[in-house]
Amino acid sequence: MTRRRVVTALLVLAVVALFALPLVLDGGASEYAGTDSLATGTIEESGYTPWFESVFSPSSSEVESGLFALQAALGGGVLGYVLGRLRGRRQAREANPPVEAP
Amino acid sequence: MHIAEGFLPAPHAIGWTVAAAPFVVHGARAVVREVRERPESTLLLGAAGAFTFVLSAIKLPSVTGSSSHPTGTGAGAVLFRPPVMALLGTVVLLFQALLLAHGGLTTLGANAFAFAVVGPWAGYGAYRLARSLGAGLLPGVFVALALADLATYVTTSLQLALAFPDAAGGFAGAAAKFLGVFALTQVPLAVAEGLLGVLLFRVLTVNARPELERLGLLRPAPLATTEEVR
Repeated sequence: MTRRRVVTALLVLAVVALFALPLVLDGGASEYAGTDSLATGTIEESGYTPWFESVFSPSSSEVESGLFALQAALGGGVLGYVLGRLRGRRQAREANPPVEAP
Repeated sequence: MHIAEGFLPAPHAIGWTVAAAPFVVHGARAVVREVRERPESTLLLGAAGAFTFVLSAIKLPSVTGSSSHPTGTGAGAVLFRPPVMALLGTVVLLFQALLLAHGGLTTLGANAFAFAVVGPWAGYGAYRLARSLGAGLLPGVFVALALADLATYVTTSLQLALAFPDAAGGFAGAAAKFLGVFALTQVPLAVAEGLLGVLLFRVLTVNARPELERLGLLRPAPLATTEEVR
């Protein structure tokens, strides 16, 4: 079980490092613009104008990041609920092993 | 990988919508069938959808000095096969197009094709290949999630190159340009997504073993040792 925990910790650490390292090495030189907006910028440079507008646009970047947080919270909440239920189910089964049918 | 609203010329927008629609319809039927035939799958289906929901909401910095988000579609593709993700992925894209002005309705078809069709199939293909070469479940999951992520962004780049060929370099020149924007940035994200998938499936192999066996991801444990296997 301890070995299992070490592996888990290392995996989490590796994920964090993958994002922390570029930030640290870069030292604030980049703006980290989204690739999606970089692509639209490239397209607009070629003289293209979009022919359709979003039905609804968040009125400010605060509202937008709030809605993104909502999306992540919904996903994280459901994922946590499922994993919690599965874990509880396993523990209940271990506490009361199912009796073999006669 | 979200092509913004109105950023594909109408013929392309329509073409990609027509191309993606059968996959999404087929995916919806696959979800209904899965829930009807194996009601116990509902929990894991929720987990697969939720995983995509979280991961595609989080924009992360990358080595290239720009930021992007993972896709999370590989997990569901490995669990339930790719058709299921065609629906779940499209639901995510629709949420973002309607509420976040991220992606769009005119580009929904193209985005769904990259995010919910090509990504899951590429990931699933990589998973099957890895398993057939003797890899275990977790290495298989790693390549599946990393490749689903990367393939989605490569597809977006090619879709844009097709719509906006370079004046000098044509399709190839434009593809190189858009791949430069998307693909390189995505590499560390794809690796991170693979690792997150391994974390998820480590939890699932312990807690959802019966489901994984039923879905054919794990071989049933020998009866005598069932209790000790964790």
